[in-house]
Amino acid sequence: MSKFKKKQASTKQGVPTSAMPDVVFMLLIFFMVTTVLREVELQVQIDFAEAENIEKIEEKRLVSYIYIGPERLPGNRLGETRVQIDDALIEDMGEIRNIMYDKLMEEPRLIVSLRVDRDSEFGIVTDVQQELRHAGTLRINYSTRRQI
Amino acid sequence: MLNKKRNRESGEIDGSSLADIAFLLLIFFLVVTTIDVDTGIGLVLPPIPDDIEPPPVRERNLMNILVNAQGMVLIDEEPAAIATVRERVKAFVNNFGADPNLSDSPDDAIVSIKTDRRTPYNIYIDMLDEVMGAYAELRHQASMDRFGVPFTSLERQSERRQEIQEMFPKKISIAEPDEG
Repeated sequence: MSKFKKKQASTKQGVPTSAMPDVVFMLLIFFMVTTVLREVELQVQIDFAEAENIEKIEEKRLVSYIYIGPERLPGNRLGETRVQIDDALIEDMGEIRNIMYDKLMEEPRLIVSLRVDRDSEFGIVTDVQQELRHAGTLRINYSTRRQI
Repeated sequence: MLNKKRNRESGEIDGSSLADIAFLLLIFFLVVTTIDVDTGIGLVLPPIPDDIEPPPVRERNLMNILVNAQGMVLIDEEPAAIATVRERVKAFVNNFGADPNLSDSPDDAIVSIKTDRRTPYNIYIDMLDEVMGAYAELRHQASMDRFGVPFTSLERQSERRQEIQEMFPKKISIAEPDEG
């Protein structure tokens, strides 16, 4: 019989965890919505150029990418400068016209983002641009990083 | 006695592992997500001409920028450094007929960039960046004078933004490079 019984806090200890699944689901749904799965596997090496006066592409779903750079060869070697669209390297420049025309038919507001290696020569970029003009995909964007 | 057997397990699904499953999925999507914004220099290519002669452009309204394979720059037949391009373009576009060698008005001014086939891409981008920078500064200036706010803070598709854009339209021509 102790006279000096310790006072117990009347409230329960411990954080209620019943809302945790809701919070987690909320985060989960956010990340599911923002995720863009399936990035293409790059077969060319690209080191972006840098620029100051750049703009953001707001509508990512309108963008189609063309990659231009030295081809990656086995054993960490780099080959000739090649053009890649989606997952395939382009053998003949004339194909670009048809590929891009088909894409334009699917999405009339198409923006073509040119991701070009900084050390490639401008000649091949011009060839691609000529093909784009023939295809009618006139909105382009030279992908660059912000200059720091 | 007809009382039914009541020793079944409770009918509810155990929900305590729900959080674990959700966490697992969450971590998967966290790892997979790349929140990067595409940035770059936007440009609209000219359509393929249908055998129609382009309208004649007066000499004074055309600024020729030539870049060779070594990255050397020629503005209207004179050698220049890339760093000076921005000021030259600004003076050229914002002339309003004052200097007889420069443009009549920003609406008429055309900046033509021509490169060699072997010009490195990053030099071309630097060049284009300078020209874009010149236009950005002019638009910023016009916006500050007129509305007292920076051009970049004007909303997309807003009338004010379009007004400034029409004051200084970006007329940039990318010429086809020479062979060689």
